[in-house]
Amino acid sequence: MSSSANEAAARASAVSEMGRTIPTDAEVPHPEGVRWGMVVDLDRCTGCQACVVACQAENNIALNEEQRVLERRAKTWIRIERYWEGEFPNAKARFIPVLCQHCGNAPCETVCPVWATYHNNEGLNVQVYNRCIGTRFCANGCPYSVRYFNFWNPEWPEPMNNQLNPDVTVRTKGIIEKCTFCVQRINRVQVTAKTEGREIRSGEVQPACAQSCPTSALVFCDINDPESAPAQLAEAEAGRSYTLLEHFGTDPGIIYLKKVDPHAEIHEDEHAHAGAHA
Amino acid sequence: MQEPVVADTKTSNRELLDFVFAWPAWFFAVGGALNGLLVAAFVVVILMLMFGLQFLGYSHPVYWGFLIVNFVFWIGVSHAGIMVSAILRLTQAEWRRPVTRAAEVLTIFSLLTAVQFPLIHSGRPWRTMYWTFPYDWNRGAWPNPRSPLVWDPSAIFTYLTSTILFVYVALLPDLALARDRAPNPVSRAIYGVLAMGFRGTTRQWRIQTVAGLLLSAIILPIFVSVHSIVSWDFAVTSVPGWHNTIFAPYFVIGAVHSGVSAVVTVMIVMRYAFGLKRFITRDHIDSLARLLIVVATVWLFFFLLDFFFGLYGTEPAEVDTWQRRLVEPPWVVIAITFIICAYIIPVPMWMFRAIRRNFFWMFVTTILVNVGMWLERYMVVVPALERKSGLTFTYGDYAPSLSEFILVAASFALVILGFLTFSKLLPIMPAADIKEGQILADRIRVGRANVPAAMRE
Repeated sequence: MSSSANEAAARASAVSEMGRTIPTDAEVPHPEGVRWGMVVDLDRCTGCQACVVACQAENNIALNEEQRVLERRAKTWIRIERYWEGEFPNAKARFIPVLCQHCGNAPCETVCPVWATYHNNEGLNVQVYNRCIGTRFCANGCPYSVRYFNFWNPEWPEPMNNQLNPDVTVRTKGIIEKCTFCVQRINRVQVTAKTEGREIRSGEVQPACAQSCPTSALVFCDINDPESAPAQLAEAEAGRSYTLLEHFGTDPGIIYLKKVDPHAEIHEDEHAHAGAHA
Repeated sequence: MQEPVVADTKTSNRELLDFVFAWPAWFFAVGGALNGLLVAAFVVVILMLMFGLQFLGYSHPVYWGFLIVNFVFWIGVSHAGIMVSAILRLTQAEWRRPVTRAAEVLTIFSLLTAVQFPLIHSGRPWRTMYWTFPYDWNRGAWPNPRSPLVWDPSAIFTYLTSTILFVYVALLPDLALARDRAPNPVSRAIYGVLAMGFRGTTRQWRIQTVAGLLLSAIILPIFVSVHSIVSWDFAVTSVPGWHNTIFAPYFVIGAVHSGVSAVVTVMIVMRYAFGLKRFITRDHIDSLARLLIVVATVWLFFFLLDFFFGLYGTEPAEVDTWQRRLVEPPWVVIAITFIICAYIIPVPMWMFRAIRRNFFWMFVTTILVNVGMWLERYMVVVPALERKSGLTFTYGDYAPSLSEFILVAASFALVILGFLTFSKLLPIMPAADIKEGQILADRIRVGRANVPAAMRE
């Protein structure tokens, strides 16, 4: 490490010691270090929505009653988008799980006036609920529409309030919330690894969605670690890997592997049009 | 155009200050009705504070709507004051004199109304200081200078401060006049303090004139910056349909279009409400209408440029947005209404001298312009969010709720009430300025020649 990089790192740690969490140039972007990400293999996704339910339970997301869904105010940090391909009766459903892409170059971060959302030094796009003032500018700026606004204080009927996760804040009215990559689980693993005096093992961190995926379509990993299995998978399958809405230049932390299509040659033009190419 | 002499000094003083010291019955009736609307809006805001923003029509993914549209609209109207006042003062257009104060006061109250909207529209309005004031409080985080929402307050408050100064400097001689003519000692004392010892000495007049001219010149760049920055609220995001380099000049010229139209509307109302038939004449609205023809046409050019740039990129999401704006059902009605109201009806009508000099038709056409311009902002802001990116699964609709209609109506009530209160307490017509114009227009006989009574340096 050169001396200027040392100075920069020292300055960054000084800033964090003072309790300041403003990202400095030394912290972002993070060319070496950890960058949490995910590999989503669409060939394995069956659209079963287990990830959606797991996320709902893990992260204290308010209940999505029918009325909330109808008025489009339901909160789903991860959602299965369903697209139809072809005409009935030869129609096929295509599923794509969409969650916060934890963009390296996030449109939501630049527009927040109060740093309620910023990039941390592990590649996470962090939402600080206490800072959020609810301008909803980030939700407008996000091309993936994965940011959700709390229109009211959430309520859980008895006895559901007893299953709230104590590691996760219950969000109040008037603020934005979104996928955190289960940052509470990441923290727990990091603390455990530190107390045991070792590095975090590959695959040790499991967000709720990845943990619950029956087909292992969602795999969480450090995408900067070339040794990790998912990173190797993405490398091996480079021919079908892509990132979502690549042309926005957001540098997402989630790599999608497109569906293996037995009739690929027939649909090739459509895929090229949809931007779902390598 | 040189202003003809319409009244001697005594008549001017009496008629221009008439409304300040009178209490007509309609003032209480109109004020009461407007206050009623404000109370309704107050109830809505309290409900929003207590129970969150569930009463508004927002849903995923359309998180901005009527309130932001209304914010942009009132910022736009506020551009009238400076457009009419500062530019006409710097170019020494003589006919500006009765128009300026009303335009500036309209600026102040529309700005004050506009700033309410982003605040009540945020999820936690009680934390407003965290982003409007550049200080880190106890959070350990300064406001984010990359966010246009941090640029907005500085631009708007600079504009508001300079406009208030501008009005106050021009108001000083009239405050002195009100002090000298006040019917009771209390109001005499108040006007006396406000007039800051203005006695009309040569030195005071010189300082007042120079300050007015300097403020006119300083305020012009601010005037251009304010709506540019408001347009960047949209243009710096990556939302297709918002992300557009043309937005800053397009918004500024749109603001001038709606602002000058609003000034014409207000002047016609003032002419009848305050009995100013002698001072607000057909020549004035004729001049403003000719200005409006140019402004409206430039605005239309920018609108077409915006449309052209949208299609020229052939970016599917952007084309989707334009299709949403101009072709799909609820929006096609709004698109047609707005283009008809803001251009197709008024501008050809203004081509005719008879219409330009007709108070009724000018009133109708300028109201139409502002209806059209409100819808134009609606069309800029909302459809882009409804069709935000290529992920068609998240496409959503927006339908305003009753609360939003109440808040928008209350914003009009607030501006009108502010304007009415100002004209009740302070001279809404720049009496000193008008009298100066009359002296400049006066002619005397020297021997056989008929020469101007005063020369301009």
